[in-house]
Amino acid sequence: MQMQLAAKFKDYRHVWVFVEIERGCVHPVSWELMGEGRKLADDLGVDLCAVVLGPRTDDTKAAISQTYHYGADICYICEDPLLADYRNEPYTRALTGLVDKYQPEILLLGATPLGRDLAGSVATMLQTGLTADSTELRIADDKSLAATRPTFGGTLLCTIHTLNHRPQMATVRPRVMAMPEPDRSRTGRMVWHSLGMAEGDIVTKVLEFVSDARIEKANLAYADIVVAGGMGLRQPGNLALVQRLAEVVGGEWGVSRPLVQKGWAPAERQIGQTGTTIRPRLYIAAGISGAIQHRVGVEGSDLIVAINTDPDARIFDVAHLGVVADALTILPALADAFARRLPGRALAS
Amino acid sequence: MTRLAREFHSVVCIKQVPDSAQIRVHPVTNTIMRQGVPTIINPYDLFALEEAMRLRDEYGGTVTVLTMGPPMAEDALRRALGLGANRAVLITDRRFAGSDTLATSFALSKALTRIGEEHPIDIVFTGKQTIDGDTAQVGPGIARRLGLNQLTYVAAIDALDRDGATITLRRRSEGGVQVLRSRLPCLITMLEDTNTLRRGTIQDMLRAARAPVTTWSAEEAGIADPMQCGLRGSPTVVKRVFAPRPRADKAEMVVVEGKTPAQTADAVLDLLFAQSPNLEAALSARFKS
Ligand SMILES: Cc1cc2nc3c(=O)[nH]c(=O)nc-3n(C[C@H](O)[C@H](O)[C@H](O)COP(=O)(O)OP(=O)(O)OC[C@H]3O[C@@H](n4cnc5c(N)ncnc54)[C@H](O)[C@@H]3O)c2cc1C
Ligand SMILES: Cc1cc2nc3c(=O)[nH]c(=O)nc-3n(C[C@H](O)[C@H](O)[C@H](O)COP(=O)(O)OP(=O)(O)OC[C@H]3O[C@@H](n4cnc5c(N)ncnc54)[C@H](O)[C@@H]3O)c2cc1C
Repeated sequence: MQMQLAAKFKDYRHVWVFVEIERGCVHPVSWELMGEGRKLADDLGVDLCAVVLGPRTDDTKAAISQTYHYGADICYICEDPLLADYRNEPYTRALTGLVDKYQPEILLLGATPLGRDLAGSVATMLQTGLTADSTELRIADDKSLAATRPTFGGTLLCTIHTLNHRPQMATVRPRVMAMPEPDRSRTGRMVWHSLGMAEGDIVTKVLEFVSDARIEKANLAYADIVVAGGMGLRQPGNLALVQRLAEVVGGEWGVSRPLVQKGWAPAERQIGQTGTTIRPRLYIAAGISGAIQHRVGVEGSDLIVAINTDPDARIFDVAHLGVVADALTILPALADAFARRLPGRALAS
Repeated sequence: MTRLAREFHSVVCIKQVPDSAQIRVHPVTNTIMRQGVPTIINPYDLFALEEAMRLRDEYGGTVTVLTMGPPMAEDALRRALGLGANRAVLITDRRFAGSDTLATSFALSKALTRIGEEHPIDIVFTGKQTIDGDTAQVGPGIARRLGLNQLTYVAAIDALDRDGATITLRRRSEGGVQVLRSRLPCLITMLEDTNTLRRGTIQDMLRAARAPVTTWSAEEAGIADPMQCGLRGSPTVVKRVFAPRPRADKAEMVVVEGKTPAQTADAVLDLLFAQSPNLEAALSARFKS
């Protein structure tokens, strides 16, 4: 089903990445997307451009310089006090305004709460296609974007194209693409854009921001080491064995989905297709069978150790190191072994 | 969609989805085997439905459920009526087949406009996402098309002032929760685990079996231009469906026979640090100070 691109879209060029900044912090997924965007731009022989929206602060300024370190040739900037907290209305206005004016052929955003909120409304404003939660982006032979995403909980993959509309939009989950090495010597061009809105035009007001720092929240996606337990733990109380090992190695703990469904652990601890994608240096999976929906969330880990009583468990297909044994005895033994062998850790046991 | 000072009215968009826990993929053809797979209301939509009913119980008014789907999607609507929804609307038309999220939000927003003409809407609710398409794009699409204030990932509705037409709520965002005040009418996508779905009463269940379900074709839903529906109205196309490629090598198995758990654990660490010397260095450095 090859179609001619309508004349009005012929001038759409370059690859754009939306840089997500919330309360002064750049979400790392933005740099992961820059790494990927750089490859797409090079394949097409076009520029990689970053979009930075925010108030005029030192944080925003720092983010702008970083876009070049992570590969941007051009940074499109809209600085306005109205962009201080994320709100859909001014962000949609700024991003669609930039797209209409500078006409990129590809626009990528992180599949985070902010990115999904913004991408959905921007795509609708622009009346273009948006592929959600892509895990692979590639330039097809006809120079269009081929975005691949898991379907039906990861049992199949599908490749989606945006026909006859521009820009071609896609969101990508954090930790799916590798983090590129920054090159701090790189710089590039800045293009400024004005928002053209007044506070009175914006209906939604932010009354307060309650930081998770005050309610202690898991940061599984960016943890270096993750230890997780599944139904093989048998009792909610045994989750303590997972937590203790995680603590000894200074990592985060997580669970497979059934434990969340049973109420043994909060949803934010779930790893996998409908939970968090992780990409740690070390992942230890105890009593987890390795269902596809779990595997798609852990495949990016550098090293995977699986503990399971069933030698045929599918988790061993994805693990690098396998132990066929009872997790209830191996987890404490591992915690003790790490405590013994890591200097300064002996006391923690 | 301007709100008139009448009784409170929420519309909850629900999608009928295959119970994915029971989905199987044909090993040879790589197609989804849907035959015999039971359908359910998208689980995320039930949090939206419960929240709408909770507001109705507090402020009075009506909860309408709306779905776009094949004729059998009526089952999902009847189930929602059985749980306590007041009215149900199904839009069904062969021209809707193959809709992507842009076409879906177009059709739903037309139906919402028609519903709103008869009975002004204060809040449109959707779920956070579905378990099949799983894009989370339809809610924002509807909000944008109808010019409703878009409030996604809502964890709690704190206050509703019908006279002032304002709503105060908590929205999940990166690293925290935003407390927002916005105006009605608005669109809310409800986060999971934010409430507990009620059991329908016997009366509701009995009513659900007989209650009329309003059924509209594309034309009846107010869609004059079918070019914006279904496949033709969808900029995205699925070009290829395929199975993930399995990893070639299996895990290296640690020998456990004749070993105590402590010895096994030591063997695991030896292999781990042999495979990744950096890991040992990084771990040790971490706890030095
Ligand atoms: C749409 C959809 C989305 C999903 N999303 C996710 C997701 O995001 N994340 C996720 O994890 N799942 C997800 N699932 C669920 C997934 O399909 C599996 O059901 C789930 O991962 C299984 O969890 P488990 O491995 O803990 O349990 P089980 O499959 O029951 O496996 C338990 C394992 O423990 C082993 N075992 C038993 N006793 C011991 C012992 N003493 N020591 C060691 N091993 C032992 C058993 O051999 C078995 O392999 C999803 C499913 C669907 C349909
Ligand atoms: C495997 C697969 C992958 C897909 N990938 C994409 C993609 O990347 N981009 C794209 O544009 N389309 C995609 N689609 C098409 C998309 O699933 C359909 O457009 C679908 O009608 C709505 O999208 P969703 O299921 O993702 O809903 P979501 O946007 O996740 O749903 C959010 C909420 O909108 C409401 N809602 C959604 N659909 C309906 C409905 N039919 N009736 C009433 N309320 C509804 C519900 O309240 C739901 O909780 C895909 C479809 C499949 C099967």
